Amino acid sequence: MNASITPITMPKFGLAMTEGKLAGWMVRPGSRVKAGDDLADIETSKITNAYESPGAGILRQVASDGETLPVGALIGVLAEDDVSDADIDAFIARFTAEFATDDADAQDAAAAEPTVIDVKGRALRVLDLGHGDATPVLLIHGFGGDLTNWMFNHAALAEGRRVVAFDLPGHGGSAKDVGDGSPAFLAGVAIDLLDHLGIGKAHLVAHSLGGAIALALAGQAPDKVASLALIAPAGLGPEINMDFINGFITADRQKTIQPVLGYLVHDKSLIGRKMADDILRYKRLDGAVSALMQIAATCFPDGRQADDLRPVLERGDVRALILWGEDDEILPVRQSGGLPPAVTVDILPGVGHMPQMERAADINRTIGTFVAQ
Amino acid sequence: MSKKSFRQAINEALRQEMRRDPRVIVMGEDVAGGHGGTSGTVDAWGGVLGVTKGLLTEFGEDRVLDTPITEASYIGAAAGAAATGLRPVAELMFVDFVGCCLDQIMNQAAKFRYMFGGKARTPLVIRAMFGAGFNAAAQHSQALYPLFTHIPGLKVVVPSSPYEAKGLLIEAIRDDDPVIFLEHKVMYDDEEEVPDEAYTIPFGEANLTREGDDLTIVAFGRMVKLANEAADRLERQGISCTVIDPRTTSPLDTDTILDCVADTGRLVIVDESSPRCNMAADVSALVAEYAFDALKAPIRRVMPPHTPVPFASVLENLYLPSVEKIEAAVKAAMGHRVPEIA
Repeated sequence: MNASITPITMPKFGLAMTEGKLAGWMVRPGSRVKAGDDLADIETSKITNAYESPGAGILRQVASDGETLPVGALIGVLAEDDVSDADIDAFIARFTAEFATDDADAQDAAAAEPTVIDVKGRALRVLDLGHGDATPVLLIHGFGGDLTNWMFNHAALAEGRRVVAFDLPGHGGSAKDVGDGSPAFLAGVAIDLLDHLGIGKAHLVAHSLGGAIALALAGQAPDKVASLALIAPAGLGPEINMDFINGFITADRQKTIQPVLGYLVHDKSLIGRKMADDILRYKRLDGAVSALMQIAATCFPDGRQADDLRPVLERGDVRALILWGEDDEILPVRQSGGLPPAVTVDILPGVGHMPQMERAADINRTIGTFVAQ
Repeated sequence: MSKKSFRQAINEALRQEMRRDPRVIVMGEDVAGGHGGTSGTVDAWGGVLGVTKGLLTEFGEDRVLDTPITEASYIGAAAGAAATGLRPVAELMFVDFVGCCLDQIMNQAAKFRYMFGGKARTPLVIRAMFGAGFNAAAQHSQALYPLFTHIPGLKVVVPSSPYEAKGLLIEAIRDDDPVIFLEHKVMYDDEEEVPDEAYTIPFGEANLTREGDDLTIVAFGRMVKLANEAADRLERQGISCTVIDPRTTSPLDTDTILDCVADTGRLVIVDESSPRCNMAADVSALVAEYAFDALKAPIRRVMPPHTPVPFASVLENLYLPSVEKIEAAVKAAMGHRVPEIA
């Protein structure tokens, strides 16, 4: 293979992704790009995500807009000026031939699937990826979410370490009993899960209500927490968008759920029918809606957040990073203010309540660096 | 969550609802599966195609009623039981037998709520298998959902997959009106991921099994699977289709159909029922009236000829819509010159 040619292949966003659609190139053929530049929008069955260039060079496009290709297929190449067209053609032909024979391996890799495990009599759906000596990470999703909220992050963070995602009680494929629905109760379940998996200490990467659960966990069992990386966490201020919470609970059809899901992101076109379908499928399970109602009644009585978990951060015994979208329509970004100076706060412009999906590559880099420190 | 067949999904829905609500009972010919015979074997078959297997053993003779071969009596009894507090799921076996009990369905169950000033509820489900492709001949192969769709007061469900069947049947059992639930007999061994828990799918909301830009295909029941296969082939030829599974023909999600036609401008309807006054005709009329301006090409319908379902398998295959016929209709609607497939 010619070392000065970099292949650009269909990325794998989340474990369920086997193919993606090249929604549109963002760079014209023949343009010079550098590593980290947005190259193209890739559309999965769930959501569209920008794909960043893995290297530098001049872009030669192989796939065209609108094409659907399997994960790992060649969509373009980067090469320097001095590489001849004939060399590039040969590279593309060789890559394509080898890719066709590798296809079976790629299918095997896609087979890592969540499992439902029994933790102290409670069924929890868990996806356990990666291994290594580094301290493991526990991913905690937010209200109404599930472990697929980490589809763009889980595998990226799991390079060289164990990263566990799970469905909170009442969510996804986990049992629907949520106790009193409080962050403290749900933190207790997360502790049970860590114990069950033999994890003594973990970095907690948590989103939204998951952030409040991570803070409660750090309050209850600081020795189990290596650090807190919190994305738009609950628990730091009273305000919360109850149109979202109530709308999410009551909506039972595409037409009613789509506008509610729009609150989650800055770019509303990210919310696809498939994403809404997956949420409706979960919400239609017996017990799912009453679990959400119980959590909302305990966490957000009278339309305000009941738990003030700032004291956990003010205590200063756990390293913390806060990431927040500037245009968050669920939890206002101003709730990230007034924290102790030791807490790093990173505000992301042009981002809503789902930075881990809206700016996956940035978030993976920032959190990857943070947990490696 | 695990892979379940269409048959298992329906069995699980019945079982879970019978556990949840003691008012839910099952009745029909052979639903107790061989219990009525003299062999001494209990529940040998679980119905003619094994759908009610195990229900008699778990719930007993008081809740799994093996009826005589008299559709008029047991469908009538089920309607009466529903009106007076039970939630019966009556099985008509082959939907073609509806001729023997149409009054009980059309003039009684469907009319109770309306004629008693809204005070009567009739939480009745009538399950029946339908459709051709099973070599069951003219009297056991019809796709009669348009017949029921025609009658106000009935809800009509035509599930297209195991996931859909379980959620829609639980919704049907919990519904307070009479529901006709039609299972395509060729689909009983189809498998897909189905949650172990109970769940419901609301009536009157279509499912888009795929989204495309060029053309909308509306398909019913087993035809959804064929439409998706055709759409896969067409995708490779550069034609991208939206496929709509309306799930219920009554109520019908007209909004989704009209929205998709407005987006794509072209419409193909795939309907296994006889062509006169069928769902393809109904949807065509809807689109012609409310979305005519959006149409870039005439509406195409893929459906059988107006004949009884033939017994000979060669003729039966010729009779039925197929992936090839759908593909040809889509290409014709896209303006390609294609030979007509009979």
